[in-house]
Amino acid sequence: MRYLTADAKHPVRFILNDQPVEGNAEPRLLLTDFLRREIGLTGTHVGCEHGVCGACTVRIDGASTRACLVYAVQAEGRSVETVERLAVNGDLNDLQRAFRRHHALQCGFCTPGILMSLSQLIDEEPTADEARVREVLSGHICRCTGYHGIIAAALDVLAERQAGRHV
Amino acid sequence: MKPAGFDYARPDRLDEALAVLAEHTHTARVLAGGQSLGAMLNMRLVTPKVLIDISALAELGHIQADDGMIEVGAAVTQDQLLRWPGLKEQPLLAQTLPWVGHYQTRQRGTVCGSLAHGDPSSELPLVLAMLKGAVVLASQRGSRTLTAADFQTGTMQTAMRDDEMIVAARFPLAAPGCSSAFREIGPRRGDFAIVAAAAVGDQDGVSLGIGGVADTPAIRRLPWLDGAGLDDALNTIAWELRGSSDGHASAAYRRTQVRNLGRQVIGETQHALFNR
Ligand code: FES
Ligand code: FES
Repeated sequence: MRYLTADAKHPVRFILNDQPVEGNAEPRLLLTDFLRREIGLTGTHVGCEHGVCGACTVRIDGASTRACLVYAVQAEGRSVETVERLAVNGDLNDLQRAFRRHHALQCGFCTPGILMSLSQLIDEEPTADEARVREVLSGHICRCTGYHGIIAAALDVLAERQAGRHV
Repeated sequence: MKPAGFDYARPDRLDEALAVLAEHTHTARVLAGGQSLGAMLNMRLVTPKVLIDISALAELGHIQADDGMIEVGAAVTQDQLLRWPGLKEQPLLAQTLPWVGHYQTRQRGTVCGSLAHGDPSSELPLVLAMLKGAVVLASQRGSRTLTAADFQTGTMQTAMRDDEMIVAARFPLAAPGCSSAFREIGPRRGDFAIVAAAAVGDQDGVSLGIGGVADTPAIRRLPWLDGAGLDDALNTIAWELRGSSDGHASAAYRRTQVRNLGRQVIGETQHALFNR
C-alpha cells in the first residue's frame, strides 16, 4: 500500500505527452496545478475548479478527464495527454485547423479542454454523428461561441477522417 | 478552490483499505472516481484527514451477472458499465446510464460512488430503488447487504456506518415480459436532474419512480390508467412528494414535471408492452 502523508511533498512520475516527467506534490495538489506550476505547461486551463466547466479536461490513459478532480499523485504511472500534445512539430493538427476554419473559438479559454474531449471522440468513434458530438460537448461550457462552430469543426474532421484524408 | 490537506492511501487489497478505514473511522473518506467527492473537497465542504483511493483495487473491478443480478464492483466506472455487453439484460439501467453526468465524468465516476453520494437528483439511486436492488457494504467487522430502500435514508444520507464502504451494487435483471423507460429534465444534458422519472411496466400495471423531488427516490405502483384517471394519479403523486423550490426550479415547476415526465415514461412503457 502506498501511504502519502499530507504534510510532505512526494515524488510523482508519469508519462506526459509521450515523455517521462517527474515532480513533487503534496497529496492535495490538483493535477491542473501540477501541470501548470510544477511542469510549466499552461495549456490546460482552470475555470470552475470543481468539475463543472470542462476547461481543465486532459486525457488520462486515453480517457477525457477533468484534471481539477484528479490529484497529481493519482497520475503516478499513468499516461497523461494535454492540449500541447496535439500540434505536430508546431503545426496545428487537423482538429485544431478545423477550429480555426470554423471560428470554433473566440477567447480560447474553453478550447484546450474541448479539443481533448473531441480528440478522444474522433479517435474512438469515427462514425459519431452530430447528436453524439453535442452529447460529448455537454461536458463543456463555452461562453463565447454558441457552440455551432465547434460542432461544425468536429463534424468536418470526422468526415475528413472517414474519407481517409487524415493528415 | 483547493482542497485542504489530507493523507493519501492507495491500498493494493481490500483488507488494507478496510484497515485504514477502521483506524481513521470518523476522519477518512473513500475515494473512487472522485466526480462528486472531488468537487466537495475542492469546495471544502468535506475535509477528511485521510483519503483512501480504491479506484485501482482489482477486487472491486468486476461486473458479473449471476443469480439474476448484475453485480458491479465499487471500482467500476459508469462508462465501463455502459459499454458492458451484458447490460442489455437490464434495459432500465441501459436507458438511464447515458443520462448520468457527462461523457467526461462517466469515464471516471463510479456506479457505487454515485450510490454512496446519495444525491436525490441523481439517476443511479433511482434505478437501484426502482429495481429493488441492493448495496453490499464491508468493514473489518464483516459485510452486510442493504436494499436500496434501507440504504438511502435522506438527501446525501445513507445507512452506511463510518467504518464501512460500498464494495458492490446489485441490480436485478429485468423480469421477462417487462418494459421500461427513463426521462429527465435539467438545465443541460448531464447536469443534475430537476426531475427524473423511470417506469417499469408489466401486464398488471406500472411502477413509477421519481427522483429530484423528495429527499430519496419515490416509487409508486399504479394500475394501467388512461386519460383523466392517469392525470389524477400523477397529480396526487406530484403533491405527495412535497417538492420544494430552490435555485433550479420552483415547487410548482417540479409538480408540473412529475406530471409531464410521469405521463411520458408510463406512456412509453405501455406502448412498448401492448402496441408492438
Ligand atoms: S476547471 Fe475543471 S471542470 Fe472547471
Ligand atoms: S471561446 Fe471563449 S469560452 Fe469558449
